[in-house]
Amino acid sequence: MIFFGQKKKNDITDREKGCLLADTETNDGFVVFDRVQKSYDGETLVVKDLNLSIGKGEFLTMLGPSGSGKTTCLMMLAGFETATHGDILLDGSPINNIPPHKRGVGMVFQNYALFPHMTVGENLSFPLEVRKIAKSDRESKVTRALEMVQMGDFLNRRPAQLSGGQQQRIALARALVFEPDLVLMDEPLGALDKQLREHMQFEITHLAHELGLTTVYVTHDQTEALTMSDRVAVFDDGRIQQLDPPDVLYEKPKNGFVAQFIGENNTLEGVVKEIKGDTCVIALDDGEVIDATPVNVSEVGQRTTVSIRPERVEYNKERLQEGAHTLKAEVLEFIYMGDIFRTRLRVAGSENFIIKTRNAPDQEKLKPGQQIEIGWLPSDCRALDV
Amino acid sequence: MSDASDTNGPVLAADGRPLKASLNRALRKQKMRALMLIAPLLIFVLVAFILPIADMLFRSVENTIVRDTLPRTVVAMSSWNSDEAETPDEAVYRALFIDVFLASEAKTHTRLGSRLNYETTGISSLFRQSGREVGDMAEVYEDQFEDLDARWTEDVFWAEFMGDPAWFAQAQGAEDPGPTFVLKDGISDVLPKTADAYATFANFVQVEDEDNPAAEDPWALVHAMLYEDLTEQDISGYDGFGADLLADAAAAVEGFEAPSYKSSFIDMDEDWASPEVLGTIQAYSPPFTPGYFLKAVDMQLTPDGIEAQSEDRAIYLKLFWRTVWMSLFITGMTILLGYPVAFLLAKLPMRQSSLLMILVLLPFWTSLLVRTSAWKVLLQQQGVINDLLVWSGLINEAGRLVMINNQLGTIIAMTHILLPFMILPLYSVMATIPPSYVRAAKSLGATNWVAFWRVYFPQSVPGIGAGSILVFILAIGYYITPALVGGTSGIFISNRIAYHISSSLNWGLAAALGSILLAAVLILYWAYDRIVGIDNVKLG
Repeated sequence: MIFFGQKKKNDITDREKGCLLADTETNDGFVVFDRVQKSYDGETLVVKDLNLSIGKGEFLTMLGPSGSGKTTCLMMLAGFETATHGDILLDGSPINNIPPHKRGVGMVFQNYALFPHMTVGENLSFPLEVRKIAKSDRESKVTRALEMVQMGDFLNRRPAQLSGGQQQRIALARALVFEPDLVLMDEPLGALDKQLREHMQFEITHLAHELGLTTVYVTHDQTEALTMSDRVAVFDDGRIQQLDPPDVLYEKPKNGFVAQFIGENNTLEGVVKEIKGDTCVIALDDGEVIDATPVNVSEVGQRTTVSIRPERVEYNKERLQEGAHTLKAEVLEFIYMGDIFRTRLRVAGSENFIIKTRNAPDQEKLKPGQQIEIGWLPSDCRALDV
Repeated sequence: MSDASDTNGPVLAADGRPLKASLNRALRKQKMRALMLIAPLLIFVLVAFILPIADMLFRSVENTIVRDTLPRTVVAMSSWNSDEAETPDEAVYRALFIDVFLASEAKTHTRLGSRLNYETTGISSLFRQSGREVGDMAEVYEDQFEDLDARWTEDVFWAEFMGDPAWFAQAQGAEDPGPTFVLKDGISDVLPKTADAYATFANFVQVEDEDNPAAEDPWALVHAMLYEDLTEQDISGYDGFGADLLADAAAAVEGFEAPSYKSSFIDMDEDWASPEVLGTIQAYSPPFTPGYFLKAVDMQLTPDGIEAQSEDRAIYLKLFWRTVWMSLFITGMTILLGYPVAFLLAKLPMRQSSLLMILVLLPFWTSLLVRTSAWKVLLQQQGVINDLLVWSGLINEAGRLVMINNQLGTIIAMTHILLPFMILPLYSVMATIPPSYVRAAKSLGATNWVAFWRVYFPQSVPGIGAGSILVFILAIGYYITPALVGGTSGIFISNRIAYHISSSLNWGLAAALGSILLAAVLILYWAYDRIVGIDNVKLG
């Protein structure tokens, strides 16, 4: 693939630099939201004090439930909404007053928004035409963009004659054909079936990295966010709850919302009994005591919700650290899911404690009614806010 | 397990019947039910609308009135050529005499007169006058027979003379209309024309007047025919009732005064010698005529063939052309005025757009007549708009604008009245255009105008198409508004059709004009389908 080949070389270094910059939370990223607020009705804020710096070449996903403000952020970036307060900077210059068509931002829409009265070729050459690019250049660019998404044979088709996945590719090609600095994607895979969606996730990520695109991707699907992104911004209630790479986000959620929203999660409630450095002891409501990593707790006696991922729970004592606290549990339900086993337990008064175990030859299949003891590494159990 | 579809040949259902037949049987009930649901409307429309209209349109070519009213004349005239300077011979006038006499008894001669008057003015009065005077022509004979013997005018004598004895016995003194008349055996051989005329008389009296022929004096026509029979036939073989009277008459007819029919007609009115009048009768004698259609396109069928209508009477082509261009103009105006409104309707938030929609629909809730009359008040020279302009000093009292009773008035009022028919389809199409298309265009670098023109507008074209068809077809047949505000220069072809339907009663011409209008609309629709494509029309 030699599409935008020249650009790619520079971008890799830029990208690394960008990530670095973003991590330091300075305002010199490629895309910067600086204390941005947005209100539609003058009474409530949809976006509350948004600060975000996106590095060049970075793939950033805005993840959150509907109404969390993520799409509004995207629309402000694209220029279809104006920020009520604060600045949005693109490559260092404020773009608040620049109309959408002058921002040079490629965008893939939720329902693709391919122009139904134009052929695939006309759709792709539209952004080039409005930029007054010569016809021969247009044709070669359109051909290259179509080949990039493996749709070279569909030049003369109409969008209505294409399947959802094909339309998706064309929409992507159209957003990239004019070589934008920034590509925005608004739930582009929402309308596809599961298998195609997984395939397209993979393709989009590859393309974005290969071309060194700066991508802002909006989705409510956490799997999509985790598999595709360099960093994920989890939105809720108009704020970014956590901005981290996928692995950090999953394994070290900073608060209860993120822990609940990303992946499956077991929660137990209790009071902080003791904090020593990077571990703490929590007394659960039924009197049992467990180890955890303090995240959002600072003092003894504070109420907390501890969160444990189902696949990090162990019931094979040999695999547990010595001296680790264990809990008694009763097996309520055993669900065979093929690659994994999913077991529902009664633990510390909760009947919805789930554990997941890999389907391995030596793995014991638990039976309902069986009494077991479970435990985990303190680092996997995080004491969060209530 | 045996599977029905494994066998060769047609696929069979589980019971061994062909699957196709089974499926048809299963679906028949559904189809029948669907048909029954639409049946009331279908029958209603068929009986009350489609058939009458088909009948009406059939009148544009139908022309049996000449043939039905003057059957003998049409036959006698077939050998006559109107190009010749010669008037037709006596036989034609004799046939005309019998036809007009019978027509005047049945009172159909005036109808024929007014029908032919559409083609040649003056024929109507000619027929009305002739209807009165053919009686006098026949009475010449009646009087002479009466002078010979008073019994020649007696009802009972004639009934016994002409009727079958059995019939006569029953008919005498019977209540009206009495038993059906039967001609006496053999009388047709002796006096063929007289018997024929009397039978016609008897039949007419019984069917039309519901009287008893045995108690009615025969028509004078019978006497004229008797005179002809007596001069032509040998009656010596007749020895039945009244043979003596007949023999006397046969001896006396030699001395009868018998003016020629031809000279009688020409004496009555010299138009009966005019090749134009006779040629018109001949030209319109076939049962179907292109005459109405020719007239509808400003041509005429004359005795000499098809000719262009004289300049001062050629109005229809002009009217058709005016109807079409003004309808197109009005359609264009509704697009220009309606598009922004529909655009706004589709764009505005729900609350405002409902309010605007009510304003658009408001005209629908008032009578068409009221709206047109309102324009009359506004546009007339002493009307509100002129008053305002004069008051504001833009025009002076003498320069009041003429905005009504001309084409401008029709265009203004009809554009206003037809506007909702453009806005509604446009709106319903625009409402389905997702805003993401325009956003996508803008994000791809298009300015507002380019995004509108290249992306939004093409997608709203189906709405323009639907609205245009609706408005144009409504406009081309519009009648009330042009009639009220159009004056003479702003009326449409439909006003002329209405005139012929209700005032001139020339339904044939009205039907021809209507057929041409219908054909024009269908052709335009076809052309539209070819150019724009009817798939490109959406009502929402």
